[in-house]
Amino acid sequence: MTPEPVARDPGARPGTLAWLLLAPLLAWLALFVVVPALLLLGCSLGERDEFGQVLWGFSLENYARLLDPVYLRIFLRSLGFAALTTGLCLLIGYPVAYHLARAAPRVRELLLLLVMVPFWTSFLVRTYAWMAILREEGLLNALVAWLQPAWAPLGLLYTPAAVVTGLVYSYLPFLILPVYASVEKLDGALIEAAHDLGAGPWRVFPTVILPLTLPGIAAGVTLVFVPAVAMFAVTDLLGGARVPLIGNVIQNQFLQARDWPFGAALGVALLGLFLVSQLVLRALRPRGALRG
Amino acid sequence: MAAPPPSLLSPAAGSRLLQAGLRGWTGLVLLFLYLPVIVLAVYSFNSARLGVAWEGFSGRWYAELLHQAPLQRAALNSLVVATATTLLSVVLGTSGAWLLHRYRFPGRDLIESLVNLPMVMPEILLGISLLILFALAGVGLGFITVIIGHVTFSFPFVLVAVRARLQGLDPALEEAARDLGATPWGAFRHVILPALRPAILAGGLMAFLLSWDELIVTYFTTSAASATLPLKVFGLAKVGLNPVLNALSALFLLVTLAGVAFAAYLRRGAR
Repeated sequence: MTPEPVARDPGARPGTLAWLLLAPLLAWLALFVVVPALLLLGCSLGERDEFGQVLWGFSLENYARLLDPVYLRIFLRSLGFAALTTGLCLLIGYPVAYHLARAAPRVRELLLLLVMVPFWTSFLVRTYAWMAILREEGLLNALVAWLQPAWAPLGLLYTPAAVVTGLVYSYLPFLILPVYASVEKLDGALIEAAHDLGAGPWRVFPTVILPLTLPGIAAGVTLVFVPAVAMFAVTDLLGGARVPLIGNVIQNQFLQARDWPFGAALGVALLGLFLVSQLVLRALRPRGALRG
Repeated sequence: MAAPPPSLLSPAAGSRLLQAGLRGWTGLVLLFLYLPVIVLAVYSFNSARLGVAWEGFSGRWYAELLHQAPLQRAALNSLVVATATTLLSVVLGTSGAWLLHRYRFPGRDLIESLVNLPMVMPEILLGISLLILFALAGVGLGFITVIIGHVTFSFPFVLVAVRARLQGLDPALEEAARDLGATPWGAFRHVILPALRPAILAGGLMAFLLSWDELIVTYFTTSAASATLPLKVFGLAKVGLNPVLNALSALFLLVTLAGVAFAAYLRRGAR
């Protein structure tokens, strides 16, 4: 008996058995990704009754509330914080990623491991470490008191600066790793060719290196910007309640204020922002010849 | 073309200078990344409650951890959730990777996008949308709902890791097995699966660490009884600093270091 022919190219259509095996995956995605997203959208069109129960319906009232200056300001602040965080991560992280990718293999492996460890370290632990440094009786103020005994302790914790520091600290490895991957793919011969044609490092960077590593930059920027907009844990711990961001407001609507429909509308707005960022990222992806 | 502008430095000297600058900068950034957590770990051995002054080496905060029943309970919960998440993610991720790699069918691209979504979507959106689903379906929050949430964002990481490995695999391997008379399942079980082992292990480890550390999705999908360690730590840290938390954080760091070392070891084995 000859065995039935195997799919030689990865173009086979699944048989009954394969569909059966695919079913759990499809069911999981449908039930826990697609349906919840639709429910979020549906919920945002509803209202709440006086007990905080969701009354399903079709009203755009929650979206009208989003335009309230209070919430617009919070939205803008969240975007601003996330943009600042992303910019700082890029400035700080790009040279590191570049150096990593161009280092000798042995050094590179070690450096990569050194970047991976904070990447995998609990962000709560890392945020908590900054609380210990920034608080009034913390290390930074102890240092200040030692250098400048006349100064009063600085109020560093629970400020916007503390929040941005914490966000940069949390997300820096998320930027370094994708940029590293794209610099590593960079063809060294292109840089040498530019050098041979007389371009110094200050010329090669903006004209050759930067455009070729744009996909890595775009990936890193999304990996930092998107979660930074929505983060509420870091902002809670380092910003206290003083600098609420969009994530804090959503969390509050769902767990304290119990206005789910409004929280859902905020969530849908965030989802829209996320989808737009994904489209931008896709547009920046290299096509054809430039692919490493 | 115009001649390059005259420069004070020759390109070679400029390169050297740039190189030194990059090396120094990388060192500084690594210092920035490590100093806070190292300080935290060192201070967890300070016998003083919270002061900056060093009052002597002591393991008392670690001993104190042994008397913190709620934290131990939370740690156990985390272990249960992370283990269940890892097992489910490995099954779902590996089978999904294999089927998506092997077959072409309508809607396949859509499924791939859907798989990627939970990896990149802000966690808070996953959390609130699952909360609405569970509320509407009348499912009480607890271990099951937390595990569902965790599997949803974890299994894509396994799938991607296994998929990358599959793409590097010679398709002739499976053909040879089939030509020698193996059933499709036999070929998968004895030829493909062993070749995928490093990727499955790496993906599983990733799923475990992601689940172990997850706060946001858990925050929206848990009950008090199934609260995980990150949730408890978050609650405590919101109140303020706590020397027991220093000790706990140091232990967390240790677990992470072990995980990363294990992953590095796996990668070496895969080569």
